[in-house]
Amino acid sequence: MPRFVELWVYLSATPLFGLTATLVVYLLAQAAYARLGSPPWANPVMWSVVALACLLTATGVDYPSYFAGAQFIHFLLGPAVVALAWPLWLRRAELRARGMRVMLAALLGGGAAAASAVGLAWAFGLPPEVVLSMAPKSVTAPVAMGIAEKIGGVPALSAVFAVITGMVGALTGKYLFDLLRVPAAGEGWTARGFALGTASHGIGAARALQVNADAGAYAGLALGLQVVLAALLMPLVFRLL
Amino acid sequence: MNGLRGLAWLLVFQSAGELISRALALPLPGPVLGLVFVLVALRWPVVREPVSECAHFLLTHLSLLFVPVGVGVMTHLALLTQYGLRILVVIALSTWIGLAVTALVLYGLPGRARGRKEEAR
Repeated sequence: MPRFVELWVYLSATPLFGLTATLVVYLLAQAAYARLGSPPWANPVMWSVVALACLLTATGVDYPSYFAGAQFIHFLLGPAVVALAWPLWLRRAELRARGMRVMLAALLGGGAAAASAVGLAWAFGLPPEVVLSMAPKSVTAPVAMGIAEKIGGVPALSAVFAVITGMVGALTGKYLFDLLRVPAAGEGWTARGFALGTASHGIGAARALQVNADAGAYAGLALGLQVVLAALLMPLVFRLL
Repeated sequence: MNGLRGLAWLLVFQSAGELISRALALPLPGPVLGLVFVLVALRWPVVREPVSECAHFLLTHLSLLFVPVGVGVMTHLALLTQYGLRILVVIALSTWIGLAVTALVLYGLPGRARGRKEEAR
């Protein structure tokens, strides 16, 4: 028994643990999600996070030692943001044709999400650093952290809010769109996908991608646009305020 | 091989973005600038073919990449238990507002949706 404990102490301190645990837990969550027929509540990101947090608490591994391994996955967010150029490029013809409306949707949607988040957080009496960290939460986590840093928020908090935002969109988006009578067909798919990419970034886009190819492509497009728009405009707006 | 070449391109453009963003103190984060550079460079097949393969792989598994940050929620449990409910309500409401505004602007602006909306009422 002590020998096992010794081995565990060794293993849990190496980056190998965080990396392996993240990948294995995610693949299990993904398999369960697919098996259940991809219902929103079975979102693999949410359940992976819950399972890993429980695993870390149960084994007494702290977050920094977990992250020492998981950072290799986290690092890929940078290249993934760059890779968003691809869905933008693929849809460039459509983007040119529907450009004005698409831009308007991205600007108004992203603006509404950020303004309502800051306004509501302020109205609910949350501390100032929380209020500021709310602003970039509809942008994909790595960029949200960058923006938070520039506007005086707490990058780690923005990342957390971004992840929760993504899950809210992925979990409840379907019901909201049904309520708004945006159909799950034809052009409705593109609007649903685009909205998910705009207001709930990569996690919403991942959900859109799993449900419908058109929705997924528009989600990727929205994600790329939102990243550029928010990174450009948000620091400017906060400088003026 | 193409996938690996694609990753190399993405990293090269990200690094270029990072360098330029820092050197000129631009408000755009490095990866975003990298995105813009790739968008321009995609017209050349040398870049396009490998990048398409790697981008496809990265973007299909995009949700995995959020797990490490997501687990970080546990380090903010104190703040979240103190303000948790309020934070959750703010996030949920603002996300719904963002989703609704985007979807309605794209799907329901003049010309097409007006008739549809009336028919829905």
